[in-house]
Amino acid sequence: MAYKDEKLHEEKVFKDPVHRYVHVRDQVIWDLIGTKEFQRLRRIKQLGTSFLTFHGAEHSRFNHSLGVYEIVRRILINFEDRPNWNHEERLLCLCAALLHDLGHGPFSHSFEKVFKLDHEDFTRAIILGDTEVNHVLTNVGIEFPQKVADVINKTYHDKLVVSLISSQIDADRMDYLQRDAYFTGVSYGHFDMERILRVMRPVEDQVVIKESGMHAVEDYIMSRYQMYWQVYFHPVTRSAEVILTKILHRVKALYDGGYTFKVEPSPFVSFFEEQVSLGDYIKLDEAVVLYYFQMWADEDDPILSDLAYRFMNRRLFKYAEFNPNLQMNEWMELYQLFRDIDLDPDYYLVVDSSSDLPYDFYRPGEEEERLPIHLLMPNKELRELSRQSDIVEAISGKKRTDHKLYYPKDLIEKLPEDRPEKQKIKKILNKVRL
Amino acid sequence: MFSLLDNHAKLVKVIAASEGIVGRKKLQKIIYIMKKLGLPFEEKYTFYFYGPYSEELSLRIEEITNLGFVSEVKEKKSNYYQYRYQVTEQGEDFLKHSNTELPLEQSLLQEMKEQSSRFLELVSTMLYFDHLPKPEVEQKIQEVKKKSNYTPEDIKEAWGFIGRLQK
Repeated sequence: MAYKDEKLHEEKVFKDPVHRYVHVRDQVIWDLIGTKEFQRLRRIKQLGTSFLTFHGAEHSRFNHSLGVYEIVRRILINFEDRPNWNHEERLLCLCAALLHDLGHGPFSHSFEKVFKLDHEDFTRAIILGDTEVNHVLTNVGIEFPQKVADVINKTYHDKLVVSLISSQIDADRMDYLQRDAYFTGVSYGHFDMERILRVMRPVEDQVVIKESGMHAVEDYIMSRYQMYWQVYFHPVTRSAEVILTKILHRVKALYDGGYTFKVEPSPFVSFFEEQVSLGDYIKLDEAVVLYYFQMWADEDDPILSDLAYRFMNRRLFKYAEFNPNLQMNEWMELYQLFRDIDLDPDYYLVVDSSSDLPYDFYRPGEEEERLPIHLLMPNKELRELSRQSDIVEAISGKKRTDHKLYYPKDLIEKLPEDRPEKQKIKKILNKVRL
Repeated sequence: MFSLLDNHAKLVKVIAASEGIVGRKKLQKIIYIMKKLGLPFEEKYTFYFYGPYSEELSLRIEEITNLGFVSEVKEKKSNYYQYRYQVTEQGEDFLKHSNTELPLEQSLLQEMKEQSSRFLELVSTMLYFDHLPKPEVEQKIQEVKKKSNYTPEDIKEAWGFIGRLQK
């Protein structure tokens, strides 16, 4: 029997708090889960710094990847024998679902910004490079790793296959919304996934939803809306992210300036020099990063040690709502005042915008680039969701932007009362806050 | 030197230098092409149904319009809407306060602006696959752009355009 068709003697199951069980019957899937590159995902948190806001949010990319695989597995059971579905693509879909986040690193959003990396490049590199994952995939067929990479990269010729993993209503989002809701403990994020899976239909180049399932999809869109504002955009999480980013900026600046570290930051050197090899990348996980943050809290550089201490001990920056247009002058004044009190504003006065975050609202069609959700009407026509649903239409066009000003309130408060800068800073911040 | 909303400022600069841009898709593709030419845009692009697209950039455009730096006018076309972007007085003022450096080449920008968004979509898709040999890029275009029906002449013209940009 060809390796691609091999089945395990007995079905393996992973107990899962979101989907109850994750079922594995294919030998290929079982072998992929056992690779060291996939096991590494256990050491990367799904929600990065959110655990500092929601203490339950300690779940990993490993949990999520298994969840996405399980959802695709269930979708494909429903697709069997339907028109437009090619059974030959089944294993490809399952592998792409399982491996779609393989290249994520620790706190990847901040790392990518500071070191100019892209986790999607590393996903591709792990799948195509000399890795255990690649060896498993190559056993399926010499061109199979490239196909898996193409599906994840959304450049595979069959758009129906791509849309299962990556579209406005895909397995990735359906898993992370429910999983993140479960682990953060929030009451948003829940929707009737079983119903959505039952009304999904494959058409020529996308997955569509039977019109009778529209209300279940409305619930899903609302849950996305709620989760973004309540969890993913949470201002405290953003504060932690701001500090994390500034730590990375500082440590890189020190390295570039020839600073002598008490503990040589060897795992970071190739990141500082922007020459990261696949091997370096795979070795860096959260355990390594947090170890160095602990070490950096004891460094002689006052900025690095303060920021690292803040992150490790959750001494986060406070924030104020900020309108960069109306408050430009206040910002410039604050910038100078921070300098006057020897608080480097490049590290301690940060405007964070919603576009600096991984963002993902539902957008309807029009001139947009992303394929919207289509409903399959009883007369077989396709209709864009927001044209049929008043609820979705109501939230589609809403303002989604937000700017906040982050600063270390504790350090301002520590200044002597008679320092004129202190009063000026407090006055401006109070004004900004209003 | 301080920098406030650096990435926003770069975007406002491009719209100012091109004296307005019509079409979200066109703006997306122009920024992508400039990024591929080495200009320091930080927005992350991924491949979507119509080629390289950046959700971060979409949101940044919303932000600069919400902040009043750029005006966005929605114009109805026969079967779709298009958006016209123009820098406002507030936007000009914002640029005066900004120290953001962006070495823009006016002629290059004008040349891109004059092209159709369909053509820029082809060019940016070809640039997306620029790690592949030329015949494979063309093969990829046929695979991922089946519905766009690009002709061999379109592709030839796009190669010529890319050559001029990269000079």
